[in-house]
Amino acid sequence: MNALQMAVADGMTITRRNVLKIKRAPDLLGGAIILPIVFVLLFAYVFGSMIDLPGMSYQEYMIPGIFVQTIVTSAQITGYTLTLDLQKGIFDRFRTLPMAPSAVLTGQTSSDVVMNAASVVAMTLVGLAVGWRIHSEPHRAVLGFLLLLLFAYAFSWVTATVALALRKPEVFNNIATIVSMPLVFLSNAYVDSTRLPGPLRAVAEWNPVSTVIQAARELFGNTNAAMPVPGAWPLQHAVPAALLWSALLLAVFVPLAIRLYKRAVSQ
Amino acid sequence: MPPAIMAEGLVKKYGDVVALDGMDLSVPEGTVFGLLGPNGAGKTTAVRILTTLLKPDSGRATVAGFDVVADARRLRSHIGASGQYAAVDDHLTGAENLEMVGRLYHLGVKRSRQRARELLERFDLTEAGDRPVQGYSGGMRRRLDLAGALVAAPPVLFLDEPTTGLDPRARMSLWDVISELVADGTTVLLTTQYLEEADRLARAIAVVDHGRVIALGTADELKDQVGGDRIELTMTSAADLHTVRSALAPLAVGDMRADAATFQLTIPVSDGTASLTAALGHLAAEHVVVRDAGLRRPTLDEVFLTLTEHRTGEPVMTKEPTR
Repeated sequence: MNALQMAVADGMTITRRNVLKIKRAPDLLGGAIILPIVFVLLFAYVFGSMIDLPGMSYQEYMIPGIFVQTIVTSAQITGYTLTLDLQKGIFDRFRTLPMAPSAVLTGQTSSDVVMNAASVVAMTLVGLAVGWRIHSEPHRAVLGFLLLLLFAYAFSWVTATVALALRKPEVFNNIATIVSMPLVFLSNAYVDSTRLPGPLRAVAEWNPVSTVIQAARELFGNTNAAMPVPGAWPLQHAVPAALLWSALLLAVFVPLAIRLYKRAVSQ
Repeated sequence: MPPAIMAEGLVKKYGDVVALDGMDLSVPEGTVFGLLGPNGAGKTTAVRILTTLLKPDSGRATVAGFDVVADARRLRSHIGASGQYAAVDDHLTGAENLEMVGRLYHLGVKRSRQRARELLERFDLTEAGDRPVQGYSGGMRRRLDLAGALVAAPPVLFLDEPTTGLDPRARMSLWDVISELVADGTTVLLTTQYLEEADRLARAIAVVDHGRVIALGTADELKDQVGGDRIELTMTSAADLHTVRSALAPLAVGDMRADAATFQLTIPVSDGTASLTAALGHLAAEHVVVRDAGLRRPTLDEVFLTLTEHRTGEPVMTKEPTR
């Protein structure tokens, strides 16, 4: 077995371990499936009954936003699980085995994609039930789902890096919440960014979360001519920009996370 | 035959704290070697270096013929390690835990599954094997962790305080397993703070203090280093303890130890049974009531205390990290 085959095989073994863990841990499963469903229902009925958009229903507008919010939130599970594992002896066991060291991180982030896929399916079904519709051709819709999962995977590496730098579960949870709230709400997820005051508008329109949401709206056909796309470059070219953002996050945070992992465990 | 484990001048510092201060070890193949020492003596640091988890600042070590730094990757296929904190996954079943380890040793799916079943049976975990580890007792977790170290049937095994925190029954059953392994030819390096454990399992024992080996030998050799037999007498009052202490002083070849709380007097003597007879004769003549009397060899506790005592003048500067 060469190094690459070994890395892939070991990564799959760790992925399998994490998926089993998620299946047996009701708190993780609740966070991944139940919470997104609650969000869809709450936002659809509470805001959906108050907010009117020109040319389209609020449900159509906000479901892609909820998709991305959920992805950003559940990517934190990667980081949280890593901090928990760091507290136990399990990484020591792994490191005395002839396995690829990268497998711990690739396995963790891959299993989170599996979990994210499950929550996207759950949200899609509930979304369809409350009136959300896909208006694009099937292949574009599939692309939309794949783009969501790609961004989720990239964002998992970001939380992994933060977790390995902070190392303590409680500290990580606090920081992750403080960072992810503005990331999600200072975007076009639930509001029309053109109606935000100047500086906030600039932040919201260059926020990578907004880019991914806009890309999802385009690929699912949840756009309307009565709601023009703001002029910021990443929103005008949302699909390539979302791919670029994902690639950039991976290029920066994969090597960084692996380095921090090696440092965290070799003490 | 080259030793299964060899270390020369291992040094490891954490800032100003010296965890290992030039440690030398040599463990012949197929034997149990005990590293004995108080908390913070450097035992765990030594094991972490020998199992490739940590790089030494200086010195070198080989295990099963592989250098622990240069050949770390290849070495890992030849060792098993079981730590102080059972490294098992709570949400996975016992079988799943072992199967995962087998796959990470690259045994293949089928062989991993088969090996998991064999080990569960060997460690008396067959019934619990399909339940999540969450519900296991401390002893079951340790057994599972040890089973994990054995998945690839490694020729060299490192056990870091394998029985710390276990009840006596669980401890004894783990001792049996370790004895069986050595009978099969496995080399075992064991760290412990229980002297009884080292006495019972290890052929050679290194007493470690402040990151260095301060004594080396079999349990008997170490006991001989601190002198011969002891007479142990238990009186019924402090007054008797005092009387007897002065009466028997001529028999003692070293410092007598009197414990005012238990009324116990320990007298080091040169000729065991003759001294005991003489002592009991004295007591009968003085009409002192003795609750218990006996002759025994020094315990490893005494060896340990004696060996580490004359170093207490030095500042305590070693502290192991608490991970």
